[in-house]
Amino acid sequence: MLCQICNKSEATVHYTELADSNVSEIHLCERCAVEKGISVKPHFLLADLMAGLVGAEKFPVAKRGKKCSFCGLTYSGFKSMGRLGCAKCYETFKESLGALLDRVHGCSIHTGKVPAVIDGEVDRTLVTRKMRDRLQKLIEKEEFEEAARLRDEIRKYIEQVSP
Amino acid sequence: MNLNDMIKETGAWLRGTGANADIVVSSRVRLARNLSEFPFPHRASSEHREKIAAAVLRAVTGCPAFANSLVLGIEEITPLDKQLLAEKHIISLEFLECGENAKVIIGEKETISLMVNEEDHLRLQAMQPGLQLMDAWKLVDEVDTQLSRRIRFAYSQDWGYLTACPTNTGTGMRASLMLHLPCLVISKQINKILHVITKFGLVARGLYGEGTEPSGNFFQISNQITLGRSEEDLIDNIERIGKQVVGHEQKARKVLVTKSRTELEDRVFRAYGILRNARTVSSAETLELLSDLRLGTELGMIQEVDRELLNELLMLVQPAHLQKTEGSELSPAERDIKRANLIRRKLE
Ligand SMILES: [Zn+2]
Ligand SMILES: [Zn+2]
Repeated sequence: MLCQICNKSEATVHYTELADSNVSEIHLCERCAVEKGISVKPHFLLADLMAGLVGAEKFPVAKRGKKCSFCGLTYSGFKSMGRLGCAKCYETFKESLGALLDRVHGCSIHTGKVPAVIDGEVDRTLVTRKMRDRLQKLIEKEEFEEAARLRDEIRKYIEQVSP
Repeated sequence: MNLNDMIKETGAWLRGTGANADIVVSSRVRLARNLSEFPFPHRASSEHREKIAAAVLRAVTGCPAFANSLVLGIEEITPLDKQLLAEKHIISLEFLECGENAKVIIGEKETISLMVNEEDHLRLQAMQPGLQLMDAWKLVDEVDTQLSRRIRFAYSQDWGYLTACPTNTGTGMRASLMLHLPCLVISKQINKILHVITKFGLVARGLYGEGTEPSGNFFQISNQITLGRSEEDLIDNIERIGKQVVGHEQKARKVLVTKSRTELEDRVFRAYGILRNARTVSSAETLELLSDLRLGTELGMIQEVDRELLNELLMLVQPAHLQKTEGSELSPAERDIKRANLIRRKLE
């Protein structure tokens, strides 16, 4: 179907308009929709994609039934929206998320910036940060065995220092 | 500063300066951040959203980058002004749908801005003209560090900054370049090149980011992944690939100038002719014509028009800018007439 305004591009935005008590179906291309000031919900496709990825993970059904104790989001809720509800969700769905983040980003260890203040205390993570830099270099050099070892080392270290 | 001043003067990022400004229009870095003690905006109650907005506004006060900034609540902005801010790339299309207590804070010259209660509690961005991603990063990095002393951000040692969408987790950073690539389009190399960059973890989008189609031969390229690499690494990668794309465009320009100079000149001068004479012109057609004129100016075929004026026109011909300039709401047909008038006046 072609856009009703420009008659050139494929119509991808569909909505119903109420004018003078007449209901009419409107079909527009993205560009004309934006020009008309209609939001084209740019995240829609991405959310779909995310939901697809989440669904693809192989985890026991029992774990999917988990529910975040802070915001109440369930795993199936996350699956259908592709959005987490709060920071606590990351802990609640830790196992499934680790695999998901690995698939989306090709890695699931943060090697970037650390906030100036974490849980009320000044940054104590310089050590792990350095280890992570080293890990990054190993990954770049494709020394995956050593990288995997270091990753476990970092995880162990984090467990030790976190209260 | 108020919204009407922002019509008279376009953002500093449109100055047409910076490295490779003939091809790279602008550089932008955006950070997603959340407050650890509240649910993400889409699951937050209106009471939560109010508290989040208050905490962010408190934290922002005292950030030098936000001195003399403009703070607007979504409830107090007219639909036209919302569209204006979207055209300026200050708010996202998604922000238009955001509910109560969504705010936007705009720093001087539109270099730094912050959306509150969009998909994440904070979306902080910096814009620079030309290829200056590292500078844009330094700007947001500094403000982010200041904010992180006053706000406790949702952060995990393993996964970095925690965001509503797992595609932003980690650095929470999206860095992008806006590129003008007319000769890669004319020579039909564009699809191949945009495909190749995906192999380097980058993604290409249209003028208004995710979900929009490219128009006027303007393309945005940005990092796809946000976790597992440092911010500097991600930016370095985009700058490196960006420079290669610039190199391909430069080469394509040279080839076209050598092999089809007359056809190219004809295209440029036709565009110039239409823009200086048209009595009514749609925004889609204007974008195509401005793209041709911009190319002609960069190739030295047209001397009397400069890059800054063309960048300014790119902004001013958009629907909301046009209506704000005219001071009244206009139908699409009226807009096309006013648009043609404005362009003729500016190109006189
Ligand atoms: Zn259309
Ligand atoms: Zn939660």
